[in-house]
Amino acid sequence: MDITNLTITEIIDGYKEKKFSVSEIVSSYLERIEKLNPELNAFITLDAQNAKKKAKDLDSKTPNGALYGIPLGIKDMFLTKGVRTTASSNVLRDYIPPYSGTVVNVLEEAGAISLGKLNCDAWAHGSSGENSDFGNTLNPWNKERVPGGSSSGSAAAVAASLVPFSTGTDTGGSIRLPASFTNTVGLKPTYGLVSRYGVISMASSLDSIGHFSKTVEDSARILNVTAGADGYDSTLAKRDKENYMEDLKKEIKGLRIGIPKEYVSDALDKDTKQAFEKSIKALEELGAQIIEVSLPNTDHAIATYYILQPSEVSSNLARYDGIRFGKDRSYFGKEAKRRIMLGTFTLSSGYYDAYYKKAMQVRTLIIKDFKDAFEKADALVAPVSPTPAWKFGEKADDPLQMYLSDLLTVPINLAGVPAISVPAGFSEGKLPIGIQFIGPHFSEKLLFRIGSQFESKTEHYKELPNL
Amino acid sequence: MKIDVKKVSKLSNLTLTDKEEKEFDEQLNDILHYIEQLNKIDTTAVEPTTQVTGLKNITRSDEHIGGMLPPEESTSGTEKKHNNMFVVDKLVETNE
Repeated sequence: MDITNLTITEIIDGYKEKKFSVSEIVSSYLERIEKLNPELNAFITLDAQNAKKKAKDLDSKTPNGALYGIPLGIKDMFLTKGVRTTASSNVLRDYIPPYSGTVVNVLEEAGAISLGKLNCDAWAHGSSGENSDFGNTLNPWNKERVPGGSSSGSAAAVAASLVPFSTGTDTGGSIRLPASFTNTVGLKPTYGLVSRYGVISMASSLDSIGHFSKTVEDSARILNVTAGADGYDSTLAKRDKENYMEDLKKEIKGLRIGIPKEYVSDALDKDTKQAFEKSIKALEELGAQIIEVSLPNTDHAIATYYILQPSEVSSNLARYDGIRFGKDRSYFGKEAKRRIMLGTFTLSSGYYDAYYKKAMQVRTLIIKDFKDAFEKADALVAPVSPTPAWKFGEKADDPLQMYLSDLLTVPINLAGVPAISVPAGFSEGKLPIGIQFIGPHFSEKLLFRIGSQFESKTEHYKELPNL
Repeated sequence: MKIDVKKVSKLSNLTLTDKEEKEFDEQLNDILHYIEQLNKIDTTAVEPTTQVTGLKNITRSDEHIGGMLPPEESTSGTEKKHNNMFVVDKLVETNE
């Protein structure tokens, strides 16, 4: 039995049945990383010795914790005490944090074991992973193609079964886009559900902390651990703990699922359109009532996002002055420089009202679009990307073209609502295609229910890349 | 509107090569042109959104909640330190 193709649930069952020990699981994933990572470049820092030690320690104890003995990879935007954290930028090439972020802490307390840090676009700026100062991560499904970004390593690592799950950040699509390019499940929770404490800030009014897994069930299990206020992030809503796994088996008969008509335009590539239509058919067969809804301000989302996000980026990256940590500002890569300057411009004296304030107003209109849509529909369904994964270099020289690839993910961040990207099939050339389910604020349980029912019926997640 | 890359790079504390300056001039103004499409939208009487889930005045009791780093650890990210304090360039001119 290959014990590196397992889901979290399967590993937990295996422990119960004493099929393998935690040390055996950790060692086999580390062996797989050793074999495949030199080419894929998903991990940029390995923490093998610590992982083996923790595994041995857990083996000597009674199993305890929702993620007992489950290996994971951590996007290099999350601070990890004593383990190099770079944001995949040369500025932080040698930075070793003195503390860990909340999500890292709670995952470890639940028994999860980090195998190391995962590559991403530097500072999480990008849609392809190509902005990393640590080289490209390859897409396990087709090594000439991008894995999607910014969480490139997180997506590739789960797709290639280097780990059963990984953490990610989603500011404009950085979890859902790579999930859809790699046949993995990617969750972007509601803004303010998961703590950002100890995660390197990108754009503070948009940053959302999520994860990648092979199945929707695993995704719900992870959110059970990561969701909730920690006292360190004041944007977290104080809410009662929910059990996100509760409704996974509940049927979706009668649920009203809306297709935003602006998301299924002619811009969709042929295979993506076909996979989307097939997915709609599957939802109908599950008894969902499919309706059309409208999000009229969709066309303005990228423009709004590319004012708000760089403005906030310019402010957050101002702290990197080489005094307290990291190297000086000459080490910033081109994309960070572009965003810092764009944001400095839109926030500068005399332009603030014309750009930043204007964008905050349009954001209000975009939020209203979603509110109106959720009056008619319980949840929405849409493609994640207009096309499957593109080739390396195809958009790298044209920033605006790269920005436009987030057309179908960015509005969700502006509205602060949750969305989950789920495998939806393949293109003719065997490239993964994803769809996303989108719900009102704090409706994660409903999204897991829909996602889980869809996944059980379609089972696309069972297909693995040929490595 | 047009972005003056030289001025903005100075404000951002970024040093650019001549080549970069030219490249960014083109790219940033291209992006600016794109984002100016928002000018077409009527936003009179529309409130700006600053917090998307509607939270307001989040406070906590004024008590020490732990998690403070000792000085040796909070200065561990740099080699430029003195007695557990960060060393910075001199900012104030003196008449000596």
